[in-house]
Amino acid sequence: MSGRVLVGVKRVIDYAVKIRVKPDKSGVVTDGVKHSMNPFCEIAVEEAVKLKEKKLIKEVVAVSCGPQQAQETIRTALAMGADRGIHVEVTGKDYESLGPLQVSKIFAALAKKEEAQLVILGKQAIDDDCNQTGQMTAALLDWPQGTFASEVTLEGDKIKVVREIDGGLETIQIKTPAVVTADLRLNTPRYATLPNIMKAKKKKIANVKPADLGVDVAPRLEVLKVEEPPQREAGVKVETVEDLVGKLKETGRI
Amino acid sequence: MAALVPLARIPRWGSLICRSHRVVLNRSSLTRGIASSIDPSHGLTDEQKEFQKVAFDFAANEMAPHMAEWDQKEIFPVETMRKAAQLGFGGIYVQPDVGGSGLSRLDTSVIFEALSTGCVSTTAYISIHNMCAWMIDTFGNSKQREKYCPDLCTMEKFASYCLTEPGSGSDAASLLTTARRNGDHYILNGSKAFISGGGDTDVYVVMCRTGGKGPKGISCLVVEKGTPGLSFGKKECKVGWNSQPTRAVIFEDCTVPVSNRLGEEGQGFNIAMKGLNGGRINIASCSLGAAHASLLLARDHLTVRKQFGETLSNNQYLQFRLAEMATRLIASRLMVREAAKALQEGRSDAVYLCSMAKLFATDECFSICNQALQMHGGYGYLKDYPVQQFVRDIRVHQILEGTNEVMRMIISRNLLSES
Repeated sequence: MSGRVLVGVKRVIDYAVKIRVKPDKSGVVTDGVKHSMNPFCEIAVEEAVKLKEKKLIKEVVAVSCGPQQAQETIRTALAMGADRGIHVEVTGKDYESLGPLQVSKIFAALAKKEEAQLVILGKQAIDDDCNQTGQMTAALLDWPQGTFASEVTLEGDKIKVVREIDGGLETIQIKTPAVVTADLRLNTPRYATLPNIMKAKKKKIANVKPADLGVDVAPRLEVLKVEEPPQREAGVKVETVEDLVGKLKETGRI
Repeated sequence: MAALVPLARIPRWGSLICRSHRVVLNRSSLTRGIASSIDPSHGLTDEQKEFQKVAFDFAANEMAPHMAEWDQKEIFPVETMRKAAQLGFGGIYVQPDVGGSGLSRLDTSVIFEALSTGCVSTTAYISIHNMCAWMIDTFGNSKQREKYCPDLCTMEKFASYCLTEPGSGSDAASLLTTARRNGDHYILNGSKAFISGGGDTDVYVVMCRTGGKGPKGISCLVVEKGTPGLSFGKKECKVGWNSQPTRAVIFEDCTVPVSNRLGEEGQGFNIAMKGLNGGRINIASCSLGAAHASLLLARDHLTVRKQFGETLSNNQYLQFRLAEMATRLIASRLMVREAAKALQEGRSDAVYLCSMAKLFATDECFSICNQALQMHGGYGYLKDYPVQQFVRDIRVHQILEGTNEVMRMIISRNLLSES
């Protein structure tokens, strides 16, 4: 086993920013808006770095797909302890339409190229909330998947994953190579330290294009319209239970 | 009151939430609101932006939720500061060979400005600690550097800067604490006043008189807590800076080895002033952070509070006032950062620029915080809201590390000496 872990990190609009829809309803305003690493990706990086510190794996490679600015996100991963980065350059219209299908194809290609033992991703990104990339990547590679992981234990060539599911906690055992997606309670990401930020400057980030990996990033989906959610309206107070039932019937709720 | 609750950072939540959980629970958090005209990351290198991000995250997660409690209960947050030290904040501009982070004065200013948005008082103490660590790093011999700096950089030990005395504040060179040479040690007698961290810290950098009158008779000694003859006064009750204890430091036939002297005899005043140049930038940076945070709090309040049928943000007077506050904040920030660069490069105008930046920024930022409080109306006066703590905490920045009057003395002396 190569002992190499691929971690996907996505550059998304910072969670604290007030999102604004573009006037032409084609999407959300991203120009001049603060971006940072997707919080679930931070958790993924932390888990990978922890595995390396426990000497269970040898190398952590941080991967991000996007324009030049995606390198900032990779640098943050390097400052947290990743060993090197791969920037898959996707710009312009291709970047606007980049979604889980294209990204998972890229990750599958990279996982094979880098002979990765494990691919760790965040369970979903906070901008599109797709929750698809991990699953699709595993399917394309025909690898097992441990999604919504709240605990990951490497045991030789197997991984024990505790998954947070609606019914509670499910524990599964899967064989490596595998894909794991990180859920909220998997760990608490570390702060980058000042020395690590400076060391990260010297770590390498390789540049590749999707075509180099034989991946076609043409979109398969067309976004028709993006709108703000409807304004929350005031409720109506009723006097009696009969009134309540009547109103519910009126609005077709029951 | 209910309508305004979302504006206050709700301190209780912070300790229950680890970093990543904030994504889910704090979408309404307005304290990290982004306003691009005053964004403090403008003009910084990518690396400086990374430093700033860590400092902002640390401030928001580890400090801001406790800021009010530390103030009200007068808690010296040792564990939190040690966490900060683990990230490299214990000796930011101390050299790496003794455990420091080896960063520039500008990097330091950016970091303290960001940390202050979480708690001014704690950040200000961290900056004093950094100043002491730097003094030992720069003027100490290799034995002293190796003995003290590593523990200071990890904050295993804490430091205090002892210059001011009951009888000598602005007239620092007239200090009276004596250090009489007796073979291989000095015997110290006298007392220092208003010492930040005094009584709780481990390493005291003390300016004392080994020679004749005036600055040339002053030397700098490192005194360790527990030395016989070293005692402390009562903890002072202050208007702000309550997360750091302030006490008198008393020397009664306190014996200190000569090997604890930094530099030569008579060099002490020079060392003290060199330390203060950086200290002034640090304190001014803390004021910047407070003003930035207060400005955002005021801005957010204006968009929510309604009077006379509309939100306060529709009132032109308040709009213009906000613009003026923002402009003065940027002006202050530019001065402080330029002074940091000048000091780093050893420019001939560095000392003056540091004095001007400290004078300007501390005055302007206090005014900004004060106006931010005013914009909150009655709520601004309640301790439930953080803006009053920013006002109280940075008020003292116009007084210590050289009063703003002394800053004027330094600047006018230079101007008049040329004519």
